[in-house]
Amino acid sequence: MIPAPELQKNSQDDSLPALQVDDLHKRYGQHEVLKGISLTANQGDVISILGSSGSGKSTLLRCLNLLEKPYRGSIHLAGEQLAMKANRDGELQPASRRQLESFRARMGFVFQNFNLWPHLTLQDNVALAPTQVFGKSKKQAREEAVALLDKVGLADKRLAYPLQLSGGQQQRVAIARTLAMEPEVLLFDEPTSALDPELVNEVLGVMRKLADEGRTMLIVTHEMRFARDVSSQVMFLHQGQVEELSPPDVFFTNPASTRCREFLSSHL
Amino acid sequence: MDWIYALSDWLQALAAGNEPWNSYARYLPQLLEGAWLTLKLVVLSGIVGILLALPLALMRTSKNPWLWSFPYAYIFFFRGTPLLVQIYLVYYGLSQFESLRSLGWLWDEVLSQPYWCAIITFSLHTAAYIAELFRGAIQSVPRGEIEAAMAVGLSRRQQYQKIILPRAFGMILPAYGNEVILMLKGSALASTITLLDLMGATRNVISRTYMNLEFFLMAGVIYLLIAALFIGCFRLLENYFNAHQKATHLPTGKLDVQVQDEHLKDTAR
Repeated sequence: MIPAPELQKNSQDDSLPALQVDDLHKRYGQHEVLKGISLTANQGDVISILGSSGSGKSTLLRCLNLLEKPYRGSIHLAGEQLAMKANRDGELQPASRRQLESFRARMGFVFQNFNLWPHLTLQDNVALAPTQVFGKSKKQAREEAVALLDKVGLADKRLAYPLQLSGGQQQRVAIARTLAMEPEVLLFDEPTSALDPELVNEVLGVMRKLADEGRTMLIVTHEMRFARDVSSQVMFLHQGQVEELSPPDVFFTNPASTRCREFLSSHL
Repeated sequence: MDWIYALSDWLQALAAGNEPWNSYARYLPQLLEGAWLTLKLVVLSGIVGILLALPLALMRTSKNPWLWSFPYAYIFFFRGTPLLVQIYLVYYGLSQFESLRSLGWLWDEVLSQPYWCAIITFSLHTAAYIAELFRGAIQSVPRGEIEAAMAVGLSRRQQYQKIILPRAFGMILPAYGNEVILMLKGSALASTITLLDLMGATRNVISRTYMNLEFFLMAGVIYLLIAALFIGCFRLLENYFNAHQKATHLPTGKLDVQVQDEHLKDTAR
């Protein structure tokens, strides 16, 4: 059982970066998808990750909580290193399942396709992980779940099942489910790409609210305006490498990289 | 089961010695007792079967050859041989082993009894089919739902307990119901090892009355009724476990009053 975040908070040093990634490599067979990516997210940073498809941005995010196994590199969460060791194929494996589970609990992940659990009501979708991972009582977890659903504007639907909702609503529930774990870092993997255009804004609205609360977020997105408005840093990936990393006002007006300039001119 | 005999007496009085009604009334209790035995055989082996199927399916989905090869061979054998052969193997075959016959209570009360032999065979047989259903269902739980469970920090065990197995169970329910009904019909083979299940009782009655048509027809109707009972039960189970598939509107009655209003406003829009 992992202690609930309230207990952990005291031991955290705010001066340490919330998330630090060094020299991350990922390959599928001989094909190298990530070629040594490093990034540092301080407390409260919102880093948008842009890039054309195939640039490795989703893979990067999935490597951070080991949904994909990296080939080389290290990951630190609030100063604590995720222990990994290489297996026979040279892929890194978590050295301790317990530490991996605790890392994942501390890093929220929002998927492109929501991935809600269809057999559970919304409130149980949100309440499940806190009861299982933190050992919270069902009653307490449900109450907190309803409060979180209220925050994303869906408290009235708490007894509905995911498939009764629109895509935008499902994604808001998925965000609430992630928030229920009180994560230190939030990872968004193209959270609006599977949505109809008119539903995009309700999700972006919730994310904007989270950014305003000062949460540390990494966002893979195609929403340029949103990235410009909320980010503290914008990262541009090209063929598995960081091509540009700068604050949004520089990134969108005067990027150093030509590739980045080309990308922007075709997307703005 | 006294009420069956009371019913029979009453029907016989009604028939007042007129054949064939008198015979129908007289032998009805035997058929109903047979039906009761059939029901017990099928329900018990259906439950034991699914309990056995779960570990078999979990082993079958493993990547370790030491784990998956046993259920693989088991399923291959039980799906590939006739149920009748399996019943004979258990009922007549086990007694060939001296070591089994010296097991005392276990032999006297269980392994030599046709009733338990039938239950054991049916359970093992149906477990093979259900395990295969389960395996398919476990493997078709969408990858994304499992990744979501990983991403919130659930352990492997919790992923199975809370996401994968409940989802898989919901998926196999209709096919499991189907399998139980197939077992109901397969259970007629219990009559070959001296059991007076519905089929055995019917044959017994016919050997006394020579009324082939009537009593086989009656047996058919009773089998139909039992099948209808199973179908109804599985409908209820599905409504409970697959509520998310049937849900078309929100159970607003269960919400707090102020939230209810909000919801009504929401749907009006």
